[in-house]
Amino acid sequence: MAETIKLKKQPKIIGSYSIVGPKEGKGNFGEYFDYVMKNDFFGEKTFEKAERKMLENAITGVIQNAKLQTKDIDIMIAGDLLNQIISSSYAARVFNFPFLGVYGACSTMAESIGVASILVDGGYSKNVVCCTGSHFSTAERQYRFPLELGNQRPPTSQWTVTGAGSCVISLEGEGPRITMVTFGKVVDWGINDVNNMGGAMAPAARETMLNHFRNTKTGPDDYDLILTGDLGKLGSEILIDLMEDEGITLGSNYGDCGQMYFKRSQQTLCGASGAGCCATVFNSFIIKKLQEKKYKRILFMPTGALLSTTSTQQGDTIPCTCHAIVIEA
Amino acid sequence: MEDKKRNEAYNQYVSAKIPKTHAWPALFNSFWVGGLICVIGQGINDLLLLAFPMLSQQSAWALTLIALIFIASFLTGIGVYDQIGKFAGGGSIVPITGFSNSIASPSIEFKSEGIVYGICVKMFTIAGPVIVFGVASSMVVGLIYWIISLF
Amino acid sequence: MDIFVDYIWVFLIGGLVCMFGEVLIITTNITSARILVTFEMIGLVLEAIGVYDYISDFAKAGVNVPIIGFGASLAKGAIGAVETHGFLGIFTGGLTATAGGIAAAIGFAFLFALIFKSHTKK
Repeated sequence: MAETIKLKKQPKIIGSYSIVGPKEGKGNFGEYFDYVMKNDFFGEKTFEKAERKMLENAITGVIQNAKLQTKDIDIMIAGDLLNQIISSSYAARVFNFPFLGVYGACSTMAESIGVASILVDGGYSKNVVCCTGSHFSTAERQYRFPLELGNQRPPTSQWTVTGAGSCVISLEGEGPRITMVTFGKVVDWGINDVNNMGGAMAPAARETMLNHFRNTKTGPDDYDLILTGDLGKLGSEILIDLMEDEGITLGSNYGDCGQMYFKRSQQTLCGASGAGCCATVFNSFIIKKLQEKKYKRILFMPTGALLSTTSTQQGDTIPCTCHAIVIEA
Repeated sequence: MEDKKRNEAYNQYVSAKIPKTHAWPALFNSFWVGGLICVIGQGINDLLLLAFPMLSQQSAWALTLIALIFIASFLTGIGVYDQIGKFAGGGSIVPITGFSNSIASPSIEFKSEGIVYGICVKMFTIAGPVIVFGVASSMVVGLIYWIISLF
Repeated sequence: MDIFVDYIWVFLIGGLVCMFGEVLIITTNITSARILVTFEMIGLVLEAIGVYDYISDFAKAGVNVPIIGFGASLAKGAIGAVETHGFLGIFTGGLTATAGGIAAAIGFAFLFALIFKSHTKK
């Protein structure tokens, strides 16, 4: 049975930082991001190096934002989308604190915050940095086609966000509190279309949401905002349908980062995706709104598709997961 | 067993829910871009024959295709061909220029992994099947004709 | 005036061939490698059964520029080489006939890969 962990000491998010690419900066959340890069190379030679630098900057930025120094950090928990999570590991190389790599595809932000808050709550670590990011161009060439290939994107495809987000979890300091964590099971309802991540991930979101509501005896009305990660337009509509079948109505307090990320004129079809998608929204817009007390209680539950190109080519379906955390102002 | 049924039902539900492409504009764009590329090819061919009257028809076509391949590789290099492709779809994939683009794009993309393991190894990641299928099938055709010619 | 009519036909036939490719993309979400192979095989079969020349006399660039033409020259090369060289032609024919196109595609791709860098999509 998937249990919900209720955190006794309620660790706080004492700092947050987000960095995005130029296209993301022109999107709906543009004004909330801490830093918008001028171009996708970020002064580096390759896109992979740019992604790494983005994560490095996000980590440095969040330590400053939390008014801490590098020596105050006990451990960093980070992950990304590239094979062997190289961006996170290589970014960790420049810092002098322990690093714990996690992989939850696009759900990595919630996974790392979940693990970090348990470490802090248990009293084992004082200040923990959580960080994740993704880059459109590196994801595109790892999972799909070369950038210059003149192909058309299917109508269900989503646009990987170029961006990284990070936060610091600690018991000391001011900030929104993390009160509950529900880690998700791996769910696979037999979708094998790699261009339809929303459809593949929606059942995972359903599973975690049902578990969370059951364990905590709450419902959608108990939260000011229920936010999924990158289900996109199609996936979030599917989730609403799936929850309706279970007798739970997701109303106007439900939203999806991927669906809201880009403006319609930016032609991203089903919206945004990628680990950076929910990470940048969460560490900018959401945290700011919680600090302003505009939102009091948020259920943040990004989903992740745990596939690889090899499994896809061998005709496997897409296993997905979803981790939920509750943040209170 | 129950899982399988649920998955089938879910797959059906999702495919019904998928947004459909607006077919008519896409078809129209692929039509006129594809037609235009063919007209450009015909133009190059006619100019070649006009400038070098001693060229055989076959050599003229070979040179025409080489010219089109050059143009497409160049447009791929400066990052224009993928935008044409996004707009025209089949209109820019089906002509020989699409073949050229499918070889040039991974070469440029994987340049960051070096000349040998990047450019040279990855060059045929997309167009490989075109050459493999083409050569293998041409051997089959040749073999059939050879057997026929024996009798 | 004749030339003008010719170009109209080239445009119409070439456009229709490409539009058929787009129909495949929309209905089956097929990737570009499969489209290229499909059309190449269409050309190869048309040439092998001997009808391609009639079509190409009329449609000219309308079928020669699409990859159908590439498939047709593979078959044409194989048949021609078998006629002149016999058994050896099975192996040499296809690539000899398409050598120009393949060499150009490889050579120019290599050249431009050395010069240019990939761009992020807009």
